[in-house]
This record gives sequence, structure tokens and C-alpha cells, in this order.
Amino acid sequence: MNLIFDTHWVMMLILLPLFGAVACFLWSRQAVTLGLITAVSVLLSVIALTLQVLEQGTLRYAVGGWGAPLGIDLYVDGLSLLMLIVTAVVGVAISVYSSAYFKPGKAKHYWPLWMFLWAALNSLFLSADIFNLYVTLELMGLAAVALVALSGSASALAAAMRYLLISLLGSLFYLMGVALLYHAYGTVDIALLAQQVESSPAVWAAIGLMVTGLLLKIALFPLHFWLPAAHSSAPAPVSALLSALVVKASFYILLRLWLDVFPEANLALSYLLGLLGASAIIWGGIQALYQTRLKLLIAYSTVMQIGYLFLAFPLASIIGWKAVFYLLLSHAIAKTAMFMAAGNILFYGGHDQIADLDRVAQRLPITLTAFGLAGISLMGLPPSGGFIAKWLLLEAIILSGQWWWAIILIAGGLLTGAYVFKVIGFAFTQAEVPHEPRMVPKRMEWVTLTVAVLAIMLGFMAPQLLALMDLGAPFGETMS
Amino acid sequence: MNWAFWLPLLIVLSSLLAALVIFILPEEKTKTRIGLNIGAALLKIVLVAIMLWGVHSGYQFETRLPLLPGLELVLRADTLAMLFVALSAGLWLLTTVYAIGYLEDSPHRSRFFGFFGLCVTATVGVALAGNLITFLLFYELLTLATYPLIIHRGTEAARKAGRTYLIYTLAGGALLLIGTVWLYTLTGTLEFTARGFLSTLDSMHHPALIIIFVLLITGLGVKAALFPLHGWLPQAMVAPAPVSALLHAVAVVKAGAFGIIRVIYDVFGIEFSASLGVTLPLAIVASVTIIYASVRALFQDDLKRRLAFSTVSQVSYITLGVAIVGPLATIGGIVHLVHQGVMKITLFFCAGNLAETLGIHKVSEMSGVGRRMPWTMAAFTIGAFGMIGAPPLAGFISKWYLGLGALQAGQDWVIFVLAGSTLLNAAYFLPILYAAWFGKSTGSWPNERNIGRYETSLALLIPPVITAILAVLLGLLASVPFSPLEWTRLITSLEYTP
Amino acid sequence: MINTIFLYALAGVGLFSLGLYALIVHAHLLRKILAINIMGSGVFLVLVSLADRTQGIAPDPVPHAMVITGIVVAVSATALALTLMLRVRSETGQAELLEEPPK
Repeated sequence: MNLIFDTHWVMMLILLPLFGAVACFLWSRQAVTLGLITAVSVLLSVIALTLQVLEQGTLRYAVGGWGAPLGIDLYVDGLSLLMLIVTAVVGVAISVYSSAYFKPGKAKHYWPLWMFLWAALNSLFLSADIFNLYVTLELMGLAAVALVALSGSASALAAAMRYLLISLLGSLFYLMGVALLYHAYGTVDIALLAQQVESSPAVWAAIGLMVTGLLLKIALFPLHFWLPAAHSSAPAPVSALLSALVVKASFYILLRLWLDVFPEANLALSYLLGLLGASAIIWGGIQALYQTRLKLLIAYSTVMQIGYLFLAFPLASIIGWKAVFYLLLSHAIAKTAMFMAAGNILFYGGHDQIADLDRVAQRLPITLTAFGLAGISLMGLPPSGGFIAKWLLLEAIILSGQWWWAIILIAGGLLTGAYVFKVIGFAFTQAEVPHEPRMVPKRMEWVTLTVAVLAIMLGFMAPQLLALMDLGAPFGETMS
Repeated sequence: MNWAFWLPLLIVLSSLLAALVIFILPEEKTKTRIGLNIGAALLKIVLVAIMLWGVHSGYQFETRLPLLPGLELVLRADTLAMLFVALSAGLWLLTTVYAIGYLEDSPHRSRFFGFFGLCVTATVGVALAGNLITFLLFYELLTLATYPLIIHRGTEAARKAGRTYLIYTLAGGALLLIGTVWLYTLTGTLEFTARGFLSTLDSMHHPALIIIFVLLITGLGVKAALFPLHGWLPQAMVAPAPVSALLHAVAVVKAGAFGIIRVIYDVFGIEFSASLGVTLPLAIVASVTIIYASVRALFQDDLKRRLAFSTVSQVSYITLGVAIVGPLATIGGIVHLVHQGVMKITLFFCAGNLAETLGIHKVSEMSGVGRRMPWTMAAFTIGAFGMIGAPPLAGFISKWYLGLGALQAGQDWVIFVLAGSTLLNAAYFLPILYAAWFGKSTGSWPNERNIGRYETSLALLIPPVITAILAVLLGLLASVPFSPLEWTRLITSLEYTP
Repeated sequence: MINTIFLYALAGVGLFSLGLYALIVHAHLLRKILAINIMGSGVFLVLVSLADRTQGIAPDPVPHAMVITGIVVAVSATALALTLMLRVRSETGQAELLEEPPK
């Protein structure tokens, strides 16, 4: 009996945060402690699962022994494993950050919701069928909306309301697609669908509905209109969660469907997605540059970075998919650090007006360093995870001969540089109106820096991470 | 312990680790910080000296770490790398001493010296890079680490200068990245190889290679301040004097020039470059830069801006020497990498001394300053004569080989460029010298400070005096073993097919 | 036989479109929430009607299970939406989303 190899870690990953949520709700005075314990145990479970998968290969697990079609199957390959890992890493960091960020009154609402969100995310990444993906998508959406509303201000409530409507709308489009696919093939299992799906009008209708629904939730330009308000009016740790993980989860579903379920992808559709991605990069970048508030700037930066993820669709090569998946991981880490840094600055000065940053470089050096390091990764400068992703993406672009995407990629990098350094420049200069500062808890500053350093470290972990991605060959078989 | 693996890494890490510790050091721990700075600089020199000796005796030093599938982070000590490493390590020590004196009472020293150390790390990394991706990595790191030094003073002008600097360098870096990735997709390797690795490629790729060459050289040309990509350099002079001295006169522009050398010799190969027909246009661009920047320098009253335009002009000598296809010109170009560095840093140190001690920032305020600060102005005079190319100073050696090389390669027109530039150099340096030594002192200096027994504090005085002496020695002892000139001959012999 | 089923499915699609239309044109939040619910009912109708995949044999139970799950999700979503709507109204005085650019 080997503890690591014989435990059902996949179940632990769903049950732990779920129990954590209930416990935080019941014993709300100990919510912080309970939440932190849960966070660490989820991280440990993910590590154990990784060891298990490295030893035994991809995993398929029938919950309660029922199996398809009535039961629920869970599946772990390189793609889902990496999503689980990045969620756990970001999750622990955000938990530590939140433990100092929220006042007790807010904390008792925050922790159960956040644990619930985590459970939804984990089960989403583990789901092996398209209906279960719908359910987890909805659970995730509901938890996320409640978290956005947490601050209780009028703008936050309005943003949450809009977010909820968009989220429900997207899910219903998706579910309609599920209905059509089930009608055509009598199964919702991704692996079974992958073997059967052929090009037909019903399938194309389903693809259209599902892609539309997911694009709404991913906030791909021009469906991004709800994101900046929602992401920027939420409390900082929630903004980080939304930008780093929640939009990525919807993208993960799209990626899964595109790679496995949808028949030989339609060229026109893939070009359309690429084009929308390119527009998102340019539009999001320009919008970010013109923002006067730091959190809005970062939110538009997310709109932009989402665009990058869609550049892989027209390329349709393994290296392209790996590039954007690497980008997704790097962005998750870097954006977490960036929103945390913005949270520190907001906490410190009571505002996030960029032009009035007022020598934050001197007063919050750790935070600003973290912001800078995260910015390096977003710009795709070496050494960072963003650089590795950009390099691979550029390679895929040049190999495909579709050189015009390279112009977008480079322009996007420069735009990112422009808005990141705009912030840093103002952080060095003195503001005209001084603000009364408030001490930022050391814990918040250091965890921000740790995450930012991790964003840089991703630049040195490419061989290992790319090897993990190959587990179960989610992007197709490599030639070598 | 495997020295062949560890030594290049240690040379990079010696300043990196020092920088990281300095970052977290509290502001008031002045002694610890000075100890760390000087200690790390000395350690680096010792390590470089060991490596220099090792390379000379034929040892191979190489660090390889996995970076991407099929691509590694490679630090390799070849002869060309050693030239640049030795230059940066040596000048880092002197500049550190100078900077400690210069920033004695100013705030944010931990931040300053931290980034300063990062810059040197990046420069040494650029020098030791064994393939194009490693080069790119450190090249961009250099951009990032210099930015906070430019905006260090936190003024509006500094922020604007920093913005200009970034617009130029980030755009340049992007071009370099595209060129590098494109090259990689064609060849599957980016390893620097003497005489290049592209000549075996099918001739159908030659148009693509020409575009790649333009991308790479444009990307590098930004830092090497090739006309019309030089606009950031004069603006960046808002930075504190040690930054201008080491970074803008030596590290950053040299990283660009060094990259051009690498691309032409060790990626394309000089003979293959010539056969592609890309060297002559580059030589013309370099010549235009030399003349244009010299003319601009004539009209600058701000001393540091005049020196900055002079840098633009002088660094292009390196590019020119490389782009003239022929061994003697190559020697002239590469050796100027060292010679220009030593002379220009002298001039910037002196300019810093004038500003710090007497508050002099303009050429028009320098009348009679030679009698007030004789040592500083003596060093300045040597640097200036070196720039003009007067024998027996270091600058003369460079120009001599450049001229000979041009004749050898049949590019006679280059002689006129050299002659014209020499005249212009004289035209913008000699009036300064004349006014400083023979001009009437106006009596009071704009912002005089009493700094002790000597004309200025010793930490500010000793570095320029040493570099001035070096500039003389490099000329006088040019043919002694281990001199830059002899070392450059060794490099050059590897790059041309016998 | 197949036509009746097709009719049900078509009705489902009709409800879905009607709900979408209402969601877009109505400003009042309660109407928007109702619109979303109508869209949901449309999807459920499609799911259930298409469950009769093979003629003569008892209908496939799986879509029914899905619809039940879907209804549970929809109820909780509606509850959250209503609560939020009330909070929005108590904060801003009206149960509508203003078209203001985020500042």
C-alpha cells in the first residue's frame, strides 16, 4: 500500500475545498485559519497527484464507480494537471494574501465563497464530459459573481449583476450546444465524442453555440465589455482570481473542445478567432494605455492577453498550442502578482490613480519590484515565462508562414511595455497631491513578490513544463 | 568542482548575487554596501583574470543550462568574449569606486547600486553569451536594468528620458527577437561559431537571410546608436555621472556594437556576409553616423551631451571596422571596443567631477578650470587627445588599423571618413582644452563645494587618473602580450579563412 | 411522430430566442432575470424533446437527469440574481444597470 500512488487524489482535489467552504461557513471566526489549512492541503494533494500521474500516466476515474453514461468520469492529462497546479499555486498565494487583506466582517463571506470557487475550478479541470463542464462552469460563475459583489459598493454590485447576466447567458448558449451534440451522438463523454463527431449541420450549430457562449465568458474582443468593470471593482485578491483563473477556465473548455471534440476545425472559424484575438491585443493594449486607474489598466491588460491565446487557432500546430498554453500559465501567475501589487498600492495610498502614485518606488519597493517583474513577463521579455511563450508562438507563426500575426505579437509586446513602464515611471516621480498613507501588512507585500519571482522563474522551467504538457498528448502526437 | 562549467557562471553570478543582497540592504548600512560592491568587483576581476589565463593556455570554459527543448543557455569564454568581459570587469571596479564617491550623500543608494550590479551582470552575460538566444536574454536584461538608473533622480525630465530610452530599446529588442526566431526556424541552431554557421544554407534562403541580417543589425543598432537610431543616447544623459560613464559610454552602446561583431563574424561569417552584399551598406551607415554625430557634437554646449554625440560617433568606428571586410580593419574595429571604452569613461568621469565639485555642466563655463582642477583636466586632456587619435595614445592605434584595413580592402573612401572625423573631433575637443587651460577664470564657479585637501574627493579623482594612464599605456604598449591589440590579432586570426 | 418531437424542439429554440431578445431590449433587471429563465426553459425543452432518439423504445433517461441538474443550477442562479438585484436597487435607487463607462 503506497500512500501517494493509491490514494484517489482527484477526489481529494474536489472534496477538500468543498469541505473547506462548509467549514469556513460554519466556523466563520476561524475562517482564515481553516481557509489556509485547506489551501495548503489542496496544494499538497496536487503535488501528490502530479507524482501519481508522472508514475502511472494519464488517469481516468469514475466517481462512485458508476461510469458513463449516467455516472461522472474524471480525467487527468497534462493539460488538466497543469491547470490544477497553477490553480493550486495561485490559490495558496491568494489565500495567504487574503488572510491579511480582508477585515473580519468581509472575511467571513470571502472564505466560503473562495473555497467554493476553488472546488468548482478543480472539478471543471477534471471533468471528462461536456455536461459536467457545464455544471462546473455555472458553479464557478456563481461563486465568482458573489465574490465580485463582495465589496458592496454600487459600482461593484452593478458590475457583479452585469457579470452574472453575461455568465448565465454564456452558459445557456453552451448548454444548447451540449443538447445538440447529445442528440446527434447520444453521449457527452469527450473521449467518445472525439471518436464519433463528424462534420454535419447539427454539429456546426452546436459548435457555433458553444463557441459563442464560451467567448462571452472568456471575454474575447468584442465580447469583453463586461470584464474591465467586473475585474477592477472587485477586491484585489478577487480580481487576481478572476483574471488569473476564472477566464482561463472557460478558455480551457474551449481548448478541450477544439482539440478533441470539434471535427477538423473549420479554417474560416479559426481565422476569425485569430482575427478577434489580434483585435483584442491591439484594442486592449491601447485601452490599457489610456486608463488613469491602475486596476482598470490591469483589467484591460487581461483583455489584451486573452487575445494572445487565440493566435494559436489559425496556426493549428502543436508548438502553437503549447505556446499559448504556456502563455496562459505565465499570464495566470504574472497577473496574480500584478493585481496583488495594485491591491497593495490601493491599500497604501487609498487610491489607484496612476499619475498620483507618488514615489511608490521609494515607499513600497517590494511591491513595485513585484509589479515590474510581473510586467516583464507580460511584455514577454527574457527571462520570464512570458518570454518562453512569446518565443514559441513566434516560432509557430514563422513556421506556419502566416507572418502577419508576428506583427501583432510584436506590437502587443510594445504596447504592454508602454503601459507597464508608464506605471513604473509615475511610481518614481512625486505626485502633486500627497495622500495619507496606510501601512501595508508585510505578508501582503512579500507574497506579491514571491508570485512575481515565480513568473520570472517560469522562464527557466520550460523543459519540465513542456514535457508535462505532452502527458496524454492533448495537442496531438509530436513527430520527434 | 568542474571549473570549465562553473567559472563562466560564477563570473555572471558574482555581480548578480551582490546586486540582490544590496537591494535588500537598509539604506544606512553604508559600510556593508561599500564592502559588498568593492568585494564583488574585485572577485569578478580575479575570476576574469583566471579565465583570461585559462583561455590563453587553451582551456575551454563553457556553461550549458537547458532553456527550451533544443535550445540552451550557453555561457562560453572565447577570445572575443574575453576582450569584452575583461573590459567590463575592469571598468566596473573603477566606476564603483567613483560612484561611491559620487553618490555619497544622495538617497536611494541601495536601489542605485543594486541596478548597477544588475547592469554589469547583463553586460558580462552579453559578453559571454555562446548563442544568440543567450545573447538576447542578457541584452534585454541590460535594457531593463538601465531604465531605473536613468529615471533614478525621479524628475519629470528623467521620466521622459527613460520613456524615450525604452521606446528605442524595446522596439530594437523586438526586431532582434523576430530575427533570432526566424533564424532558428531556418537553421535549428543559434550557436556562435567562428566564421559563421549560415554559409552552408541553401541559396534559396539568401533573401530571407538578408532580411534577418537587417532585422538583427537594426535591433542591435539601437543600442550601438547607429544613425538614425541614436536619439535616446543624448537624452539619457540626465542619469547620474557614473551611469553615463559606465553604461552609456561603455556597457550599453558596447553591447550593441559587440552584438554587431557577433552577428557578422560568428553567425553570418564575415566572408559570407560580404558575399550577401550586406557589409558595404553597413559601412556606409556607420560612416554617416561618424560624420553626422561629430557635426552635432560641435554645437552642444552641455558638456555631457557633447560627449554623448562623441560616443555615437566613436562607437560607429567599431561597426565600420567590422563592416570593412579585411583582417586589419577588423583588428582596428574590435580593438576600438576597448580603447574607446577606456578613453570615453575618462572623459565622463572628468565631466562628473566638474559637475559635482564646481557645478559646471556647460562647455561655456569651463574657462580656466584647468588651474582649479589640474588633475581632472589633465586626465580629460589625455582622453580628448586619444579620441582625436593623436599618437601614441590608444585612439591612434585604432585609427591606424582602420585606415590600413580600408586600404587593404580597397575601400579607399573610408580614409576620408577617418580624416574628416579626426578634424571634427579636434574641432569639438580642442576649444574645450584651450579654454580650460589658457582661458581666463571667471572667478567664481556656478556651484562650488569644498571637498577637502585635494581638488575633489579621492574617490572621484583616482578613477579618471587611472583610466587616463591606461589610455596612454594601451597605446604605448600595444604590442605587449595580453594587450588588447595582441588579443584582437588572435581573435581576428580565427575569423578569416587562411 | 418525429414531427411532434421536432415541434417541441422548435418551440424550445423559439423560447430561447425570445428570451435572448427580451434580455437585450429590457433594461429592468427583473425582466432580464426572467428573460434568462425563459432562455433556460427553452434549452431544457430542447434537451427533453430530443431525448426520444430511438423510436418505439423508452426515451433516453440521461437528458432528463441533465435537465433536473440544470433546473437546480437555474434556481440557485436566479436566487443569486434576485438578491443582487435587490442590493443594486437599495444602493442606487433603481433596479437597472446604467450604461456608464467604468471610471
